[in-house]
Amino acid sequence: MSSSQQVVKRAKYKTTVKDPGTPGVLKLTQEKLVFKPNDPTSNNRVEVDFRLIKNHKHTKEGSNKPPWLNLGHSQGSYIFELENFSDLHVCRELVGIALSKHVEPPKVVSDEQLSPAEMTLRIKLLQEDSKLQKLHKDLVASGKLTESEFWATKKKLLDQDESRKLKQRIGFKNSLIFDTKPTSDGRINQVKFQLTPEIKYQIFALKPAVHQAFLNFVPSKMSEVDFWNKYFKAEYIHSTKNTIAAAAEAAEDEDLAVFLKDDEILENEARKKVRRVDPTLDMEADQGDDYTHLPDHGIFRDGSKETAEAQNTFYRRTLLQDLNRQSEVVLEGKTLDMDMEHPRTVAEVLARRKQESDGVIEEERRNRISKMTQIEDLQAQDDHRFAPLCIKDPRDYFDSQQVNALKSLDDSLAGKEQIRCNLGSEEAYGSLRESISKIKAIGLMDPLLSPEVAFKVLNGLTKNISSTKSHLGKSSQESVLDILPNTTKEKLLDHWVCSQELLRHFWSSYPVTTQNLVNKTKRMKDAISQIYSKLEEIKVSAKSDLRHQVSLVVHPMQQALDAALLHYDADVRKRNARGTKPNGYV
Amino acid sequence: MTSAPSKLYADDVSLLVVTLDTNPFFWTTFPFHFSEFLSQVLAFLNSILLLGQLNQLVVIATGCNSCGYIYDSTSNRNHASTNGTMPALYSNLLHNLEEFLARDQKLTMPHAPVTVPSSLLSGSLSMALCYIQRAFRSGPMHPQPRILCLQGSTDGPEQYVAIMNAIFSAQRSSVPVDSCYIGSNNSAFLQQASYITGGIYYRPPQMDGLFQYLSTVFATDLHSRAFLRLPKSLGVDFRASCFCHKQTIDMGYVCSVCLSIFCEHHDKCSTCSSVFGQAQSNVASADNRKRKAS
Repeated sequence: MSSSQQVVKRAKYKTTVKDPGTPGVLKLTQEKLVFKPNDPTSNNRVEVDFRLIKNHKHTKEGSNKPPWLNLGHSQGSYIFELENFSDLHVCRELVGIALSKHVEPPKVVSDEQLSPAEMTLRIKLLQEDSKLQKLHKDLVASGKLTESEFWATKKKLLDQDESRKLKQRIGFKNSLIFDTKPTSDGRINQVKFQLTPEIKYQIFALKPAVHQAFLNFVPSKMSEVDFWNKYFKAEYIHSTKNTIAAAAEAAEDEDLAVFLKDDEILENEARKKVRRVDPTLDMEADQGDDYTHLPDHGIFRDGSKETAEAQNTFYRRTLLQDLNRQSEVVLEGKTLDMDMEHPRTVAEVLARRKQESDGVIEEERRNRISKMTQIEDLQAQDDHRFAPLCIKDPRDYFDSQQVNALKSLDDSLAGKEQIRCNLGSEEAYGSLRESISKIKAIGLMDPLLSPEVAFKVLNGLTKNISSTKSHLGKSSQESVLDILPNTTKEKLLDHWVCSQELLRHFWSSYPVTTQNLVNKTKRMKDAISQIYSKLEEIKVSAKSDLRHQVSLVVHPMQQALDAALLHYDADVRKRNARGTKPNGYV
Repeated sequence: MTSAPSKLYADDVSLLVVTLDTNPFFWTTFPFHFSEFLSQVLAFLNSILLLGQLNQLVVIATGCNSCGYIYDSTSNRNHASTNGTMPALYSNLLHNLEEFLARDQKLTMPHAPVTVPSSLLSGSLSMALCYIQRAFRSGPMHPQPRILCLQGSTDGPEQYVAIMNAIFSAQRSSVPVDSCYIGSNNSAFLQQASYITGGIYYRPPQMDGLFQYLSTVFATDLHSRAFLRLPKSLGVDFRASCFCHKQTIDMGYVCSVCLSIFCEHHDKCSTCSSVFGQAQSNVASADNRKRKAS
C-alpha cells in the first residue's frame, strides 16, 4: 500500500441529506480530501485534513438508498453521493485506512461493558430459572461458550425483564367507602369511624367539595379531627334519610352545610365533560350523571320515589350518581405515588395536579372537535388475512422423529429405488379403462373380501393399536421418556438442551469469516464431540429391556450432532484447500 | 401428538371428500390390480352413504395431468344405470371416471421415459378444500367435512409448496386430512398433512383386505374419533424440498423474511425478492486482491 495512494471519483457534495448536491470531483488521499465542484463559480469547495474527520458512515448496498459516504467532523458531516456502489466501496476503503492512521489507538476496552444493573439482571435471571442456571454452568463455566455469546442468544429474556421492572400501580378499592361502617357501642350514644390515610385520599378524590373544604378549613378554621367529625356527622345525617333534619342542621352550622349540599365542583366538572362529548353520542344514557337533578331519572338513595320540594332537593344524593362517581375515580386510579401520611400535603398536591390537567384537557378538546370520531361498532370487520403461526416446542419432535430413526436403523436405501414404468401412455390409460369396463360388466367382486382376510386385518389392527399404546404410552400425552428411569431421563433432557444451545451457536457462526469465528467453531466442535460420546455412553449403559427405547430417543440427537461434525470437517477441508489468504483473512 | 386445534363435534353427519389416485403409470406397475382396488373403494363409498342419510360424499380423481370431480352425492344429476345392475353411485362414478380418463389422456405431455410421473395431489386437495368452503357457507347445519386421500404414487417434490399451502389452509379451517397410502414407501407429504391437520395416516400392509381397513379406520366420523382409538402414526418425515430445484433436502438456507428454503447460496430470495447481505470481509478481501493486482 503506497502512501501516495489516491482515489479520484465523480461525486456530488451535499451539505445536508435533503440537499440535491453539487456535482464535482472528489479526490481522496491518505492525508486529506479535496472536493472541487464542476461549476467554477460555486463556492462549495471542500478541502479537509483527515485528522479532523471523526468517523465515516455509508449506505448499504442492498437498501434502496443511493450510494452515500458520510464523513463526520466536529461541527457536522460531509455527505458525498457517488455514482455507484463500487466507487463507494473504494472510497470507503481509503477513508478507513486514512482514519485508522490518524486516530490514536483506541483504549483497551474490556470484553463487554456491563452496567451493574445488567449484572444484577443476569444474576437474577439465573437464580430464578434453574434450568438456565444449569445450562450456564455447563457451557460457560467449562469454557465452551463465553459470557457474551451465551447472553447474546438470550436477549429476549433480558428485554422481558426490563418491562417487568415497571411496578404495578395499585388503584383504589372499589368498595363504596360511603358506607364506611362505623363501630357503635350499644350502650353509649356514639358511633366510631375508622379513617386511614388511604381512605382520606380516596375521599378527596371522590368529592372535590370536601377536598376544597379541607384546604380551606384546616388548620385555619378547625382542626383535622373536628373536620372529620363534621364530615361524618353529615354522612350520618344522609344515611338517616331525614332531609328535614339535614336542612335544619345545615341552616345551623355553616360548615356542616358544605358537606350536606351538592358538590358544586363536581357539577362544574360534569358540565365541562358534557360539553366535550362528541355530539353524535346519545346523551339520554348520561342523564343519570347529570347533577342538574331530574327527579324522574334519579334513584333516590332512601328508596323513596316521591319528588321533593325545591329546598330539600339539595340534601339528597342519588345512588346512581354515587356509583358513577365512585367508578370514575377507581378507573382513574391513583395519580399520586407517594405515601399518605400527611393529608394536608396530599390535598395540596391533588389540587395542583387538577389545575395542571385542566389546560391539557382544553387542548385535547380542541383537537377532538377538529377530528371526526369513528364509532367502532359501525366499522367493517377487520378480517385478519394472516393466520397465527403455530410454532411448536421442539421437544415434541422427540416422538415424531422415531420413524426417521427406524428408517435408518433398519433399511437404509433399500426401499427407495425408483419404480420403472415401461408402458407408454396409450397402454397405461388403456389398461385403466379396461379395468373400469370390467367392473361395469361384472359388478363388484363377490365376495368383496374373504372372511379370513378380514379377520386377519382386524387382528393386525388391534395388535398394532394396543402395541403402540404400550410402547408409546397410554395417551398421546405420555411419551417414551416416561418409561425410562428418572436419572436417565434427566440426563437425556439435559444433554438435549445443551446440545440444542451448542448447535445454535455452531450453525450461527457459519459462514466463517474471521479468526474469532474459527476459534468459536473449534470450541463448539469439541463440545459437540464431548456430548456425542456422553450420549453413546448412555446408550450403552442402558438396561437391556430399555436399550431399544433409549437408542430410539438418542438417535435423532446423535444425527443432528453428526451433521454438525460432518459439516465442520468438510468446511475445514475446504478452507485448507483454498490456502491461506493474504493479510490474515480466513 | 397432533397440532390441530381440537374441535367439538355435535353429531356424526359427515361430508367425506375422497381424492382417488388414477395415475395410470402407477397402476400398471403396482402389483394390486386397479379393478380390485376400485371395487373395494366403491363398496366403501357406498357404506359411507349407508351410515347416515345426511352423509354426503364427493369423489375427486387425481390424474397425471389434471384433476376432476367424478361424483357428488348431493347433485341431482345422478341417475340409475341403464340396465339396473348397479346402484346409481357406481354407475355414475364409473361413467364420470371414464370420461375423466379420456380427457386426462388428451392432456398427456411427454415425460422422462422410464420413470413414473407423480399425480397432481396438490390440485385435488385444492379442489376438495374449495368444495368444503362452499359446504361451510351452506348454512348452520352443514355436515362436518373431512378429506380422505387414497394415494399410491410417490410425492412430486415440485408440488411441495402447493401441498403445504393446501395443508395449512385445511388446518386453518379445521378440516382433517386422512391418508390411506398404498405405495411402497411412506409419503412424506401425506404424513405431514395428517399430522398437521389432525387426521390419520395409515399404510395398509395387506392390500386384499383394503375394504376392512377403510371401513375400520377411515369410515369413522369426527365425532366418534373422540372416543375411538385409531392407529397412531409412529413418526413424521418433516423434510422439506428446496424452492429452487424441488429436491428434498436436510440442510439448507432459509430466507429470514419469508422462510423459503434454498439448497444453495443465493443473492436474492426468489419468493420475496429480499437481498441477502454479504459478509463484510468478503468484499474487503476481494478489493484487497484487486488492489494488489493493480
